Amino acid sequence: MSLKRKDLLSLASLSVDEIRLILQTADSFKEVTGREIKKVPALRGRTVVNLFFEPSTRTRTSFELAAKRLSADVINFSPSSSSVVKGETVLDTARNIEAMQADIIVLRHPSAGAAEALARGVKSSVINAGDGWHEHPTQGLLDLYTIRERGLSFEGLRVAIVGDIAHSRVARSNIHALVKLGADVRVVGPPTMMPCGVDKLGARVYYNFDEALCGVQVIMMLRLQLERQGIALFPTIREYARLYGLTAERVKLADSGAIVMHPGPINRGVEIAPEVADSLSSVILDQVANGVAVRMGILYLLSGAN
Amino acid sequence: MAIHIAGGHVIDPGRLNGVADVLIDEGRVVAIGPHLKVPAGATKIDAMGRLVLPGFIDLHVHFREPGFEYKESIQSGAAAAVAGGFTSVCCMPNTNPVNDNQAITEFMLDRARVAGLANVFPIGAITKGSEGKELAELGDLRRAGCVAISDDGKPVMNSLVMRRAMEYALAFDMPVVDHCEDLHLAEGGCMNEGAISTELGLPGMPAAAEDVMVARNVALAELTGARLHLAHISTEGSVRMVREAKSRGLKVTAEACPHHFSITEEVVRGYNTYAKMNPPLRTWKDVQAIKEGLRDGTIDVIATDHAPHATQEKQLGFTEAPFGIVGLETALPLTFALVEEGVLSLESAVDKLSTAPAKVFGLAKGTLAIGADADVAVVDQQEQWEVDPTKFRSKSRNTPFAGWKVKGLVTTTIVGGRVVFEASQAEQ
Amino acid sequence: MMPSSDRQTERLVMDAGDIARAVTRIAHEILERNKAVQALALIGIRTGGVHLAHRLVRRIQEIEAAAVPIGELDITLYRDDLSLRKEQPILRKTSVPFDISDKIIVLVDDVLFTGRTIRAAMDGLIDLGRPAEIQLAVLVDRGHRQLPIKATYIGKNIPTSREEKVQVLLEEQGEDDRVVISKA
Repeated sequence: MSLKRKDLLSLASLSVDEIRLILQTADSFKEVTGREIKKVPALRGRTVVNLFFEPSTRTRTSFELAAKRLSADVINFSPSSSSVVKGETVLDTARNIEAMQADIIVLRHPSAGAAEALARGVKSSVINAGDGWHEHPTQGLLDLYTIRERGLSFEGLRVAIVGDIAHSRVARSNIHALVKLGADVRVVGPPTMMPCGVDKLGARVYYNFDEALCGVQVIMMLRLQLERQGIALFPTIREYARLYGLTAERVKLADSGAIVMHPGPINRGVEIAPEVADSLSSVILDQVANGVAVRMGILYLLSGAN
Repeated sequence: MAIHIAGGHVIDPGRLNGVADVLIDEGRVVAIGPHLKVPAGATKIDAMGRLVLPGFIDLHVHFREPGFEYKESIQSGAAAAVAGGFTSVCCMPNTNPVNDNQAITEFMLDRARVAGLANVFPIGAITKGSEGKELAELGDLRRAGCVAISDDGKPVMNSLVMRRAMEYALAFDMPVVDHCEDLHLAEGGCMNEGAISTELGLPGMPAAAEDVMVARNVALAELTGARLHLAHISTEGSVRMVREAKSRGLKVTAEACPHHFSITEEVVRGYNTYAKMNPPLRTWKDVQAIKEGLRDGTIDVIATDHAPHATQEKQLGFTEAPFGIVGLETALPLTFALVEEGVLSLESAVDKLSTAPAKVFGLAKGTLAIGADADVAVVDQQEQWEVDPTKFRSKSRNTPFAGWKVKGLVTTTIVGGRVVFEASQAEQ
Repeated sequence: MMPSSDRQTERLVMDAGDIARAVTRIAHEILERNKAVQALALIGIRTGGVHLAHRLVRRIQEIEAAAVPIGELDITLYRDDLSLRKEQPILRKTSVPFDISDKIIVLVDDVLFTGRTIRAAMDGLIDLGRPAEIQLAVLVDRGHRQLPIKATYIGKNIPTSREEKVQVLLEEQGEDDRVVISKA
């Protein structure tokens, strides 16, 4: 099979076969990134534009590296976030970029649905690099890749996703994909951070972290947006850390070989204790390394002639 | 010049429901009945097989003038109104500047006279600049021609201010209209809060944000004895509370919009900004409750909340795009769909579009009684057509109903005894 | 895997015996040409060349009792038609678990046709290191070269027309060993 789509907008819209194809393709690129010369000519002459309406050094760098290792030309374009406020449509910006003959546009935007709207309006392929609270599909895919790399199979896999589920695009992408692949997905956090009807996506809701950890094989921590303190989501960082911070003692409640994931950047001592982040069970740096291989795979698969 | 509307099915809710001729002269209905003696030279409108109805009255439109004429002017809004069979419209005060003083009200009435299409009744602001702090000069507004007061779009959050407004409005017998939304609960929201907002990652506005304010407003209406009119109610909870308030004899009336009884939040999928309005599209259960409220009389009036926005504004992302859709040119067929569905009788549908709204705001309209203003809509109930926003008279095209195959077409609209709209051959 | 049902339109050009003899001969030729067996390594081009490379390595071992390293090369990322294709081909993994620098590399493929695959394979190989020498072994050379590329070892030269299809079917793919020509 092959990827018969122009864009990668969400994991909700991908089939299981498509997810597996992307992961399998990433294997080849993982091999490439292990070479001394980490570059292949597959996207020679292609132009990839990183269009970031929201600052994100990590995701942008990962895409940039992925595109460069495929020999594509990469342009980073970061319109000031004020242009969003100014009322310039994403489409206007993108059409300008398309006029420069970009083959693939990687879009990060603060509002949900921006990638979908863009994809409808341009001929270039669009990769959603995070849209509001909606989805962050490449992060989800690199998380899946990292789980699979650890030899875990998705069917029946017990995964806890912990933190501010309501405002997390990473959580949504992972819930969609993991549920589709047959995993037992638990979402954990205070009720103020639990979006309405999240159980309808196929996840089970837990408010008690210790209870949720029982028997899980994957602990996926989300980054806490510290600025949400006080605006009714949680009273203090101190209390949040006590109730929902991942400590070494808590890790013991999970399955013995459980792995600890985090999309970064981490708040050490808040959602995750430093000794856990640096422990053997932590795959946080593997996630970063795999991010490049997975994104190379996605860029490759979407780079078919238009 | 006299107009003779011949052989139509006349529905004047509560008064007449049957085939009759209608004779209009000098701006008034002068005779009604079978086989009228028609003066020589009268214009004849053949209404055989059509409905002859008192012109519709929309208690809730946004005509954007002054301030946002690129979205809609009083002229273009009135043209859209008469094309939809509306002969009178009540304009919300959220213009720029806000209609919180006599000068703006007079300006709006003046523009309406120049347009010479629909009757325009301005609604004055409750508070200065609709800022929710100090009362506007309600007496002046009344004298200048405002028929009600509202801070629509910017609900009055301070309950004490709302209490004072209700009390003060009693002196002028003006209905107080509130857009019920707790701004704190709904903050940042852009669609109904629920499983779909979760899936789409869009900030939600819970139904409770509306219900809380309906409850408050009902309590204040009871406290003050004011005439409270609840704009565009959209939730099951609102319907329940209004029903209860009415059963206790409070002077509470309510309106519902066609989109709130025709479509649900499902339409938002795909980040369709034409499905973004406030209050937002709700769930199937809410739609059922609104229909039941219309059926049992809890909801008195169907109003459009006609809210034009330019295409480029609706092309923004879903979270940035403005709230609102146009409604004047689609309200009739969407209301008639309720008749087909058996929710409303034809007569009660006409009542909710015409007679009831006149009563709620105390307008001497909404009837075809002899001596009444000759505001008439002639309608072909069976005519099917496809909604094509490019043909709208409104300056804006923001509707979620584009491409819908609907039934019920306005063929002629008469305002004050003058034909102001006739459907072209192509449309019939 | 190619379907082998249309036997009536196929023409058999090599049978199992022919293939075995060709593999044996090439193994001998490789050894003859490269006296320093310890510098030798075989790399099969995915997918057709991989099984042949394994057979050659086995034969070499039988003849010389020397273990020759073997690798598998996926050339997809080096193809010159990627930007022309609507859907990208499935990638397989490249696996070359030894350092190719200063080695004598024998690239192995089943059919040599336009030469574009071999061009891509050489590019791919050079990204992995700097071999002392690259040689090429193919079971079938069917002509119609579009690039100046020549095989070092050839099982059989088979004249074909451009439209014909040459298929090498092997036991490892669940087929009887044979080479057939069919009309495309």
